[in-house]
Amino acid sequence: MREIEYRDALNEAFDEELERDSSVVLMGEEVAQYNGAYKVTKGLWEKWGDKRVVDTPISEAGFIGMGIGASMLGVRPVMELMFWSFHSVAFDQLVNNAACVRYMSGGLINCPIVMRGPANGGTNVGATHSHCPEGLFAAFPGLKVVVPATPADAKGLMKSAIRDNDPVYVMENTLLYGNKGPVPEPSEGDFTIPLGKADIKREGSDISLIAHGRSVLHALEAAETLQKEHNISAEVLDLRSIRPLDQEAIIQTVQKTNRAVLVDESKPFNGVSSQIATLIQEHAFDYLDAPIKRVCTIDAPAIYSPHIEDEQLPNPRRVVEKVLEIV
Amino acid sequence: MAGSGYGLDRLMISSPETNVEGLDFSDSPINQSLSDAEKIELYRTMMRIRRFETISLKFYNAGKMGGFLHLYTGQESIATSCASLMGDHDHMITAYRCHGHSLAVGMGMNECMAELYGKATGCSQGKGGSMHFFAPDKNYWGGHGIVGGQIPLGIGLAYGVKYNGNQGCSLSFMGDGAVNQGSVHESMNIAALFELPAVIIIENNGYSMGTSQKRSSAYRDCLAQRAEAYDMAWDIINGEDIYELRAKLHIAMERARKESLPTVLEIQTYRWYGHSVADANAKKYRTPEEIQKYKDEHDPLILWEKKLIAEGILTAEEAKVIGKEAMAEASAAAEFAESSPPPSIEDISKHVYWETDNDTEASKVGRHFFND
Repeated sequence: MREIEYRDALNEAFDEELERDSSVVLMGEEVAQYNGAYKVTKGLWEKWGDKRVVDTPISEAGFIGMGIGASMLGVRPVMELMFWSFHSVAFDQLVNNAACVRYMSGGLINCPIVMRGPANGGTNVGATHSHCPEGLFAAFPGLKVVVPATPADAKGLMKSAIRDNDPVYVMENTLLYGNKGPVPEPSEGDFTIPLGKADIKREGSDISLIAHGRSVLHALEAAETLQKEHNISAEVLDLRSIRPLDQEAIIQTVQKTNRAVLVDESKPFNGVSSQIATLIQEHAFDYLDAPIKRVCTIDAPAIYSPHIEDEQLPNPRRVVEKVLEIV
Repeated sequence: MAGSGYGLDRLMISSPETNVEGLDFSDSPINQSLSDAEKIELYRTMMRIRRFETISLKFYNAGKMGGFLHLYTGQESIATSCASLMGDHDHMITAYRCHGHSLAVGMGMNECMAELYGKATGCSQGKGGSMHFFAPDKNYWGGHGIVGGQIPLGIGLAYGVKYNGNQGCSLSFMGDGAVNQGSVHESMNIAALFELPAVIIIENNGYSMGTSQKRSSAYRDCLAQRAEAYDMAWDIINGEDIYELRAKLHIAMERARKESLPTVLEIQTYRWYGHSVADANAKKYRTPEEIQKYKDEHDPLILWEKKLIAEGILTAEEAKVIGKEAMAEASAAAEFAESSPPPSIEDISKHVYWETDNDTEASKVGRHFFND
């Protein structure tokens, strides 16, 4: 299979959905004429023009809210936040208007919108630009949240997100945009991945590493080390979707390995892994041979220093160390 | 320009576009085209809003409703005029003082009253309450609780109208307190920048909760003038005059529909009751004399009634009948609400996701709810 970059996989998803559905509009800061701050939307304005690919001023509350209003009238906006960290200035729109308008109207209104952009630490940009709000938004009923780790997942999940009739928040990653991976050719047919379906990225038998986003790659690297240096067979489950969540896959892998380390770039307090740990103890308690352990981002605002930031985040070494505590 | 005191003199503010004083807006084409029956309907709509609020207040105080109750009494002319001008591709959205707008666009008293009672027969099936009435089939998009948060949505409705190639506009309402929210200014800039068919309407009742306009806003002449910063047309309207309201709203709506350009309108009005019924200081931050003066001299309902009687369209007796009918309708709505069932515990989990409500393939993949 051909290998393409994560950013190009997203680009292909947008291009195909713009072609498929004339109500799809890409919108955000620098998405059009600048080709996107990370070149994710490169060439799309040139191809699709002003109506379909729209530059907005730096007014996240204004343009995110505008997208929500337009979606209520049947437009299907795909809104870019240059960083998901900028969610804070649009928070009312993101959690009140998008998440609650269907509910508060007794189901009369729906909001088929995608919010997307990178949500990650590890780029030495300091605390304000390094938030990972997937757990935060997954805590709002009415919202859906997906976090693709590979180019294929990025394309498949983005296309499903655009077709979904509820608000879907897609958390990408600036450190993954340049990663290459196999993605089926468009000529092989319409490629989508359903929301709510986890994926076993590596089979194993001694311990389950449950992760999402870039942490999946750390888990995979740790699994290699564990196999080579410690003869431990680790299974890596990529959640891919936070809400809806593939609880069945989580329970199955724990039942198989009887041990779990959760790898999560969120902060420990109420991070995604807090919810996963709750589900495991409730639904697979009798299968556990050891306490559930977590590798999260060290509990402080994101540090700037390039010398140390990688140690604040989950990384393969920290995952290996945590596994060795319970195996 | 208006003097330093607060109160009636602010109704004498004039804008650069139109000199309010001395103009008779009954001559404008949009009013000339009004039939006698339509004029009476405007009266009936205002009266129905007035009586609906009377009954709402009565049963709120009787403990029949939860939460807040923001009454529209005194401001009825605005939503009524606006709704009377809406066509197939015009859309309305407003803030939490939404009962008047809801009735004006054609929602029934029963569904609105039942929503206040938190009943399953309410317009939002008891899930929204007083601040969250919706009727998308009537191009009415709520009913929103966060001050200024609905204005970006209103701009989005205008965006949708334009994107879909329709000749229409969005009418986005807010109070005078909302004009200092960032989302409102972001929306004004975007509306002007993108040339959206948006009419942004400030219902200026003088007080953002208990804080008067002078204590909350920095401004030179008026609030609508802020539109100049965004190169946008603006105007001021005397909200007690239906003819003036319709004439000036029509100009702004036509500018939106035909030229796809936005307008900011500031409509001077007055609320008789507190910010909400729970506003214990409603008579402390303004004098009882001020409130009484507005009731006696500036009641838009009575002023319109007098005008119609003077025009020979309506008699005092007919007006009384309309009032009685409206009261009977509102009372019946309260009985309907009282006798309606509340939502069930199962209903709590409905209307969260479109996909799960519609039992789609997508809704069967993964867990959507996390109750146990």
